[in-house]
Amino acid sequence: MTMNNVPGKDKGSVKLYALSTCVWCKKVKKLLNDLKVAYDYIDVDLLEEEAKAEAKEEIIKWNPPCSFPTLVLGDKKCIVGFDEGKINRELG
Amino acid sequence: MAEQGKIEALYNKLNAEAEAGGYHLNPDKDFTKELVNGLLVNEERYGYPACPCRLASGNKEADLDIICPCDYRDPDLTDYGACYCALYVSGEVLAGKKKLASIPERRPAAGLPKKPAFPVWRCSVCGYLCARENPPEVCPICKAKKERFERFL
Repeated sequence: MTMNNVPGKDKGSVKLYALSTCVWCKKVKKLLNDLKVAYDYIDVDLLEEEAKAEAKEEIIKWNPPCSFPTLVLGDKKCIVGFDEGKINRELG
Repeated sequence: MAEQGKIEALYNKLNAEAEAGGYHLNPDKDFTKELVNGLLVNEERYGYPACPCRLASGNKEADLDIICPCDYRDPDLTDYGACYCALYVSGEVLAGKKKLASIPERRPAAGLPKKPAFPVWRCSVCGYLCARENPPEVCPICKAKKERFERFL
């Protein structure tokens, strides 16, 4: 499972698990772009079955309901949903 | 991305149906049309319009609860003023009295829940009955407000 890399300021590992059809996921992408943070993202709905299962397993570790968007920071913290305040506090 | 004409057509249809039934689409049209596009993409991809903000399994039986309008729309409208993806919003949100944010996922992680027993609500104006956690914001039949509902069963 290869994530797409968006270059920017290094704020440690920033991984976004998203859906290509989800507007809240798009808002998180836009916010990360506006903050000019380097991040990796993956649109899970576009993956083949095997990679999708792998992605789901990773997401469930952080966010058991496996909802989107799930943002994992530095393999330590997880922000579920478009939580503008929290994302700004962590990465702004 | 679905064709612009298809997005407009489905948006207009959903909007007319929502308003006729006492529901409201999100007034942020750009946001809402992106969701409508997501519904069209999912219809094409899975054969049914699964919620654009949830990961569909591709198995219709397992996803019946997340076909738009999903089973969770009404309780989410009551508790948060919007459904999970925010295609539908409450009157309060429509009037700009409440700001929208992402809401928690209500769908149980392990697939479909056992059907709970719902209370039955009666519109005291027209007698409309509905079995759900709380009465609707507006009676879909006569448009009486929520406070005109009484618990019937």
